[in-house]
Amino acid sequence: MDLNNFIVLAIVVTSLATFTSRFLGAVTSEKVDAASKLFQWFNYVAYATLAALLARMVIFPAGVLASSDISIRIVVLIVCLVLFIITKKNLIIPTVTAAFLLSALSAFL
Amino acid sequence: MINRKIFFQGLKALKGSRSPAIPLAACFIALGALLKDAGFNLQQSIASSFFTYALPGQLVMAESLLVGASLLNIFLAVWLVNFRLYPMTISLFPLLKHKSQPKWKYYLSCHFLAISSWLIAKDTYKKVERKYRIDFWIGIGIGTWTTAVVTTVLGYLAADYLNKDMMIGLAIVNPVYFFCMMIGAMNNLKMATAVIGGVILSPIFFILSAEWAILYAGLTAGTVAFLFGGKNGFK
Repeated sequence: MDLNNFIVLAIVVTSLATFTSRFLGAVTSEKVDAASKLFQWFNYVAYATLAALLARMVIFPAGVLASSDISIRIVVLIVCLVLFIITKKNLIIPTVTAAFLLSALSAFL
Repeated sequence: MINRKIFFQGLKALKGSRSPAIPLAACFIALGALLKDAGFNLQQSIASSFFTYALPGQLVMAESLLVGASLLNIFLAVWLVNFRLYPMTISLFPLLKHKSQPKWKYYLSCHFLAISSWLIAKDTYKKVERKYRIDFWIGIGIGTWTTAVVTTVLGYLAADYLNKDMMIGLAIVNPVYFFCMMIGAMNNLKMATAVIGGVILSPIFFILSAEWAILYAGLTAGTVAFLFGGKNGFK
């Protein structure tokens, strides 16, 4: 199979694998009451899973981030979280700082 | 069919200082450039963001292609990294349910579920009357999804002008933004237990099993938070 066709199939497979979880979630939601214990459990699992994914994106990243140094990524993350807290939850300042800081540190260190 | 006023109210979530457009743009520009490097043409890159619209899964797909993985392997790897969308959908859609709304709205709009849209919706759904919440969600979803597709194109076209250090800078914006949003959502002990537990367990489980780490960490930390993390106060 040539690469072009394989890429198209990979996109189809990736989209199916992703939509399955979303669609099953939508179907299951019909039976879940927002005031139930089950809903609460899913809520905490969702936040915890997301936190786990974010930690993985910083510590064991896929893609271009993997070529930067892990200690630099963690320092940048901590600096930006502190900025977020001291700027009273401004989101622009820490995110813009993160981009410039990590670019600069990766380029010069 | 769709309440236009409420829909635009959702769409407007893209504006302002808490806008998810910034991290979305940064990471999908980086993704567009990465897909070009991986051998995708422009149409394939657009199709990937249009139909998948889930960055971690798209990254896994690109990496799997580069190492020559089979389609079955790609399916399993993407399914595992994107399975988080299942609990995320269940922790949002019951809040948007209303008996007067048709089911197709829920079945189609679940495609818009991603970290950015989910966090925004969890943060703001209470401002909208229950009956129209699904229209509000569709507004948020269309806005974030379109941003992702358009910036994938921009990244693809800009790939030759972005050096590696600039790409690294773009790629960190996404996790930093979402970590900030998560800290903002940690408004009680249970939430803090879930989030901090997930962060700590994820790298530990990753060493044991890279594919299953996110799922195991999420299930464990979420269940611990649910059972033991102090009293009440879920959001």
